[in-house]
Amino acid sequence: MDLDFTAILPSLPYILKGIGVTLKIVLVAGLLGFAFGIILAIFKISKYKALNWFADVYTSIFRGTPLILQLMIIYYGAPQIIGVEISSYTAAVVSFSLNSAAYISEIIRAGILAVDKGQKEAAMALGVPGNRMMRDIILPQALKNILPALMNEFITLTKESAIVTVIAANDIMRRAYIVGGEQYRFFEPFIFAGLIYYLMVISLTVAGKAVERRMRQSD
Amino acid sequence: MIKVQDLHKSFGKLEVLKGISTTIENGEVVAIIGPSGSGKSTFLRCLNLLEQPTSGKILIGKDDVTDKKTNIMKVRENVGMVFQHFHLFPHMTVLQNVTYAPIKVKGLSKEEAEKHGLQLLEKVGLSEKANEYPNRLSGGQKQRVAIARALAMNPGVMLFDEPTSALDPEMVKEVLEVMKSLAHTGMTMAIVTHEMGFAREVADRVLFLDGGVLVEDAPPAEFFSSPKSERAREFLEKML
Repeated sequence: MDLDFTAILPSLPYILKGIGVTLKIVLVAGLLGFAFGIILAIFKISKYKALNWFADVYTSIFRGTPLILQLMIIYYGAPQIIGVEISSYTAAVVSFSLNSAAYISEIIRAGILAVDKGQKEAAMALGVPGNRMMRDIILPQALKNILPALMNEFITLTKESAIVTVIAANDIMRRAYIVGGEQYRFFEPFIFAGLIYYLMVISLTVAGKAVERRMRQSD
Repeated sequence: MIKVQDLHKSFGKLEVLKGISTTIENGEVVAIIGPSGSGKSTFLRCLNLLEQPTSGKILIGKDDVTDKKTNIMKVRENVGMVFQHFHLFPHMTVLQNVTYAPIKVKGLSKEEAEKHGLQLLEKVGLSEKANEYPNRLSGGQKQRVAIARALAMNPGVMLFDEPTSALDPEMVKEVLEVMKSLAHTGMTMAIVTHEMGFAREVADRVLFLDGGVLVEDAPPAEFFSSPKSERAREFLEKML
């Protein structure tokens, strides 16, 4: 067995810098995906057939094809269509937010449908218009119920973000791979990268639990 | 005033209301009773269009509720509704429940709405619960908050859909007391209820529905002592 963790010590700061890159991708894509996911969910429960259809087809395409394919189409393929190169960061954010919006929209849709029908009726009886009702009455209750599922989606996103390595975005994963290549030692930097991802996911879990506790105040 | 003309409502092939016509005058308290499945809740829910009537006409004040051009949101502001299962907003405190619609729908300032809201909570005997969440309240307390919430919009008409049916027996009285005092203020009220004693004591008129038809429309004294129809007699025998 040939293991020497001290050999990669000088490269640790380099790998750690990847946290910023990973976080930037995950946070921006997560927020955009969440916002777009809400819109798609509202499309899905809308009474307009065209909106239902659009959201359903969208979801089926983004769930039905590999994320890495979507990423590569956007990074390598899109310049053929739009005529300009896009940065690996932009490609990562775009593909991850489009992809997670599909999943998040399903979570939110289920959450909205699970809110007691009486809530809608009570709001209607008070003369609350539809969009206000959605924003102030239905969504807050839906979000509280689906928080664990949403957290799960963000955790998945954090881990899946490692595939941006294939389009040369300098995230944790790619930096670990580069260090491995330089030193002909892959085991140590990958273990280190794995530790970083694991700690990020644990922090997300703890943060999620804290938010959940706050939202359960009214129980 | 509520004027209902030949109201029909079908769910698919099932015709629940088969042509109901009646008038509820301002300040009148009307109890709507009948066996389950008689259409009494559906009738009430048609009045503020929680159910869309299949045909017929409903006038609330001067507004034709069934006319597509009528702004139903505006009409609903004037028609308060209390549900069997309360439907308080669980993520809002009691006071927020009561002030939400006045602030967001009527455009009252927060101060005004809270002042009025606290007065209403006082009236239903719950001012000390203003900052609690609904889950901390008993069923009777929840229903009293729901009444305060509906009253906060200053409605001209109040609809009650079996307001005490989901309550433990010992909590029924506190809700009925609140409704009784409301009736004494001259509020126009339509109440779907199984509380025969309450209907007899508080209502000005009893509407007896059976099979989607308005079978009897009489003052409670007359209805309870000498019902005209066989169906009402059978129903009352089972209830009393």
